[in-house]
Amino acid sequence: MPGESDLILEMRDISKEFPGVKALDGVSLRVRRGEIHAICGENGAGKSTLMKVLSGVHPHGTYTGEIFYNGALATFANIRNSEHAGIVIIHQELALIPELSIMENIFLGNEVRGRFGVDWTATRQRAKGLMARVGLQDEPDTVVKTIGVGKQQLVEIAKAISKDVKLLILDEPTAALNETDSTHLLDLIREFKSHGMTCIMISHKLNEIAAIADSITIIRDGKSVETIEVPEGERVDEDRLIRGMVGRELTSRYPDHTPTIGEVMFEVKDWTVRHPEITDRLVCKGSNFTIRRGEIVGFAGLMGAGRTELARSLFGKSYGTYLKGQIFLDGKEIAPKNVEQAIELGIAYVTEDRKVLGLNLLDDIRTTVVAAELHQISPNGVVDRNAEFSAAEKYRRELRIKTPSVNEGVIKLSGGNQQKVVVAKWLFTEPEVLILDEPTRGIDVGAKYEMYGIMNALADQGKAIMMISSELPELLGTCDRIYTVSSGAITGCLDVAEATQEDLMRLMTLIPTTTKNAA
Amino acid sequence: MEALKNLFGGSLRQFGMLFVLVGLAIFFHLMTGGLVITPTNLMNLLNGNSYVLVLAIGMVMVIVIGHIDLSVGSVAAFVGIVVAIAMRSPADGGFGFPVWAGILLGLVIGAICGAIQGFWVAYVGIPGFIVTLAGYMFFRGANQFVGKSLTVPVPKEFQYLGAGYLPEWGPNTGMNNSTLLLGLIAIAVLVWMQLQQRRALVKIKAEVPPFWVTMVRIALLVVVIGWLTWMFGTGRPGSSFPVPGLILVVLVIIYSFVTGRTVTGRHIYAVGGNRLAAELSGVNTRKIYFLVMLNMAVLSAFAGIMFVGRSTASGPFDGVGWELDAIAAVFIGGAAVSGGVGTVIGSIIGGLVMAVLNNGLQLMSAGSDVTQMIKGAVLLVAVAVDVWQKAQGRASITGLLTRGKAVTSITPTESSLLEDQAANPGELR
Repeated sequence: MPGESDLILEMRDISKEFPGVKALDGVSLRVRRGEIHAICGENGAGKSTLMKVLSGVHPHGTYTGEIFYNGALATFANIRNSEHAGIVIIHQELALIPELSIMENIFLGNEVRGRFGVDWTATRQRAKGLMARVGLQDEPDTVVKTIGVGKQQLVEIAKAISKDVKLLILDEPTAALNETDSTHLLDLIREFKSHGMTCIMISHKLNEIAAIADSITIIRDGKSVETIEVPEGERVDEDRLIRGMVGRELTSRYPDHTPTIGEVMFEVKDWTVRHPEITDRLVCKGSNFTIRRGEIVGFAGLMGAGRTELARSLFGKSYGTYLKGQIFLDGKEIAPKNVEQAIELGIAYVTEDRKVLGLNLLDDIRTTVVAAELHQISPNGVVDRNAEFSAAEKYRRELRIKTPSVNEGVIKLSGGNQQKVVVAKWLFTEPEVLILDEPTRGIDVGAKYEMYGIMNALADQGKAIMMISSELPELLGTCDRIYTVSSGAITGCLDVAEATQEDLMRLMTLIPTTTKNAA
Repeated sequence: MEALKNLFGGSLRQFGMLFVLVGLAIFFHLMTGGLVITPTNLMNLLNGNSYVLVLAIGMVMVIVIGHIDLSVGSVAAFVGIVVAIAMRSPADGGFGFPVWAGILLGLVIGAICGAIQGFWVAYVGIPGFIVTLAGYMFFRGANQFVGKSLTVPVPKEFQYLGAGYLPEWGPNTGMNNSTLLLGLIAIAVLVWMQLQQRRALVKIKAEVPPFWVTMVRIALLVVVIGWLTWMFGTGRPGSSFPVPGLILVVLVIIYSFVTGRTVTGRHIYAVGGNRLAAELSGVNTRKIYFLVMLNMAVLSAFAGIMFVGRSTASGPFDGVGWELDAIAAVFIGGAAVSGGVGTVIGSIIGGLVMAVLNNGLQLMSAGSDVTQMIKGAVLLVAVAVDVWQKAQGRASITGLLTRGKAVTSITPTESSLLEDQAANPGELR
C-alpha cells in the first residue's frame, strides 16, 4: 500500500464559517496520488465549500486548518494560484461562454500567443489534440451553445487538461447528463487515472460512486464522517454510504406538534411542465399529489430533482411552459395564469434563495411585508403608510423579528430574520396554501426552531403547507407526509411515522422508470 | 449635533447634495459680487432649466427600473415642431389650432411616442438603451422632416408657459401678490402636514419625536419658504414666481406622491430593486416598464412645449443633448445605475446643482469650455463619492437623500418626514 509520501493532497482540520453558519467544522481529507476519490454527502453538507477552500475561491486566511499539496503547505490566494499548482476544478454549473467556439473556450484566459496576438493555427492544433483525448469529434470552431450539454462537459474537461492538471476536481459532473454521456464521462475519468491523474469527484449518484471510486469520504453537517477505502475490484455497499450520509439522531430540534388534519384541500393532478428553454426536457412529469387541511407535506429530492420547478409552476405558472395538469383547491378547479391570480386565489410561495428571489434588498421591513398584497392597504391606489406600519408591527411581534424598528433595511437583518420577513410578506396575503421552498436554508438552529413553530401554528390554523427541503431530518421532524421527487417525477409518498432517512434517500436517488410513460 | 440629527433624521450626510447646492449658490454669490442670489437671476435659473428638470423627473423613474432613455431630447423637439405648426395660422402653412388644443396635441403625440418605445421595451424585451437610441435618431429626423429643418414661431400666448409670470392684483403689499399667496398656501399646507403626521403617529402608537423637533421643523419651513416667497415676490415689477417654475413644482409634487405613496410607485422600485422577486410577488413587470417609458415621453413632450414657449419658436436643433443633462441630474441626485434607487426630489436637486454651476460660471464669465469641463468633473466626483460610500457599507449620501426607504436607524416619524419633504419641494426649491 502507498505510504504517507504518496498523498497528493491532505486537508487537515479545515473549518470555514459564514455569517451565522459553520459550513465546515474540522474536515479532513486525504487523497492518494493517482486515485479517484469520491466525496459524498447531503445537499449543504459542505462538499462544495470544501472544494472552494481547496481551489482558492475561499483564499488562505479565510478558513482555519492546513492544506498540504504534494507534501508542502499550500496557501492559495485565488483560483489562479491553485491552477498554477495543477489543481483544476470543474463546477457543477458549466463555466463556458456559449457564444464562443470550442477552441476559444478551451484556451480562454490561457490563449496561445503568437507574434501578433493569438496564434490561431496553434490553437486549433492543440485544441484538436485535447478534444481527441476527451473523445470530442466536433470541429474546434463549433460554437459551444450549439452542442449538447454532454459535449459541453467534455469541453470543460478538455479545458481543464489543457492546464497541465495534476488534480482534477469534478463537482457533480454527471448531474445534467443522460445515461450514455455519463458512462462516457466515467470511462474518461478512468482513463485519466490510468495516465496517473488524480481525480476528486463530488456526486449524488451513489451507483456512479460505487462504480468508479477507489476511496470515498463522507461529509455530513460540515464534518468528515469517514473515509472508506474500496479494495481493488470490489464495489462499495451503497447502503453503507446512505447510512453515512444521513446517519444522525433526530433530537429535540423540532417542536412537538400534534396535527389536526382535515379534508383534502389542495390537489394537483397530472401536472406536466416543460423547461422554459430546452423544449425536449420536462421538469415536471405528470405529478400527482394532495395536501390536506392542517397538513404539512414535505417534498424531498436532491438538487435539480425538480421540486422548485414544480412549486413555481404551480404558483401562477411562474416557471416553465405549462403542458397539462389541473389544480384543485377545496375540490374546485383553479387555474391561476399569473402570480397575481395565484396570490388572489390564496396560494403563497416563499421562495428559496431569499436574496435572489425573495427580497428587494434595497427595501425596508415595512415595505417588504406588504409588498405582495399592496392593494389591501391601498385604497384608490395610494398606500396607507399607517396601515403599512401597523401590519409590519403586527408581524414583527407575531414572528418575533429581531429589529430595532420596522423601518430598518432588510439587508441589515440576519438570515433568520430576513426569512421571517419573507414569511411575513406571504402571511400578509392571507394564503390558504403556503409553499415553503427551503425555508430554513442558511439560518441558524434557533431560527430554524422558530420557523418550525411558525409552520405548525399555520397548519393549526387550517392551512395546507407544502414544504420543500433538502434536509431529510428536517422533513422527518416537521412534516406529516413526505413525497420524494427524482428527475422531475414523484417517486414515492411516505408517511412520516414509517419513513426513515434511508428510505427517502433510496426513493430520491431512484431514476424513475415510469417517466417516459408519464411524460 | 444630536439635535440636528433629531431634526433631519438619521445622518446629516443624507442632505449632502442639498448642502452642496446651497454652498455652491453662496460661493458663486460671493465670487460674483452678489449676482447669483437675486430675484432676477433666480427667475432666470428656473426659467432656463425647468425643462431639463421636468425631464429629470421622468428619467429618474426610467433609471430606477434599470433602463435609460436617450430619446427625450428628440421627442421634445418633435413634439415642439408639431405643436408649433399646428398652432401657426393657416396663412403661414399651419393649422390654426388654439393654444389649449396645441398643448393637448403635444401631450398626445408624446404619449404615442412613449407607447411605441414602451412596447418594444416591455413586450419585446429590447433594452431601453437600444430602443431609445433608435427613438433618438428617429424623432430627431421626424422633427426636421415635419419642420423642413426650419424654425417655426409660436403665438404670444403660448410663450406664457415657457417664460410667463403670475398676474399682479389686489392691494400693494410691496410684493407680487400671486407669489405671496402661493407662499402662504405652501406654508399652511406644510405646517398642517407636520401636525397631521404627529397625530397619525400617536394614533398608531408609533414612536413620536419630541415636540420641539416638530416645532423647529415648522419654524425652518416657514423661514425657508418665507425667504423664497420674498425673493421671488420682490423682483422687478411685473415679475413673480415664474410659470415654468410653478409647472415644475406641481409636477414634482405629483410625481413625488406617485413614486413615494402609490402602489404603482412601489412597484416601480420593486421592479428596479429585484425584478425576479417583484415578479414572484405578483408585480406585472411588463406593465411597469411600459408605463414608465410612456410617462417619460409625455414628460418629454411637456419639456418640449415649455422650451418652445420660452424660446418663442421651435427649431431643428431644439433639445440636443437634453437626455444627457437629465441623466446627469438623476445620477448626481443619487440614483444607482443598477436600478432600484433614486428619488424625484434628489434628481431635482441634482439638476439644480448643474444649473447653479452653469449659471454661476457664466456670471463669472467662464467660457462654455471651462463650464463643460467642470460639470463633467462634478458628475464624476458626485457619483464616485456615492459609490465609495456604498463600498464602505455606509448609507449613500445622495441615494438616501430624501427617500425614507433603506435609511437605517430612524424612527417612523423621521422617515415619513423625509418623504414629506419629497412631496413638498417648496422648501427645497
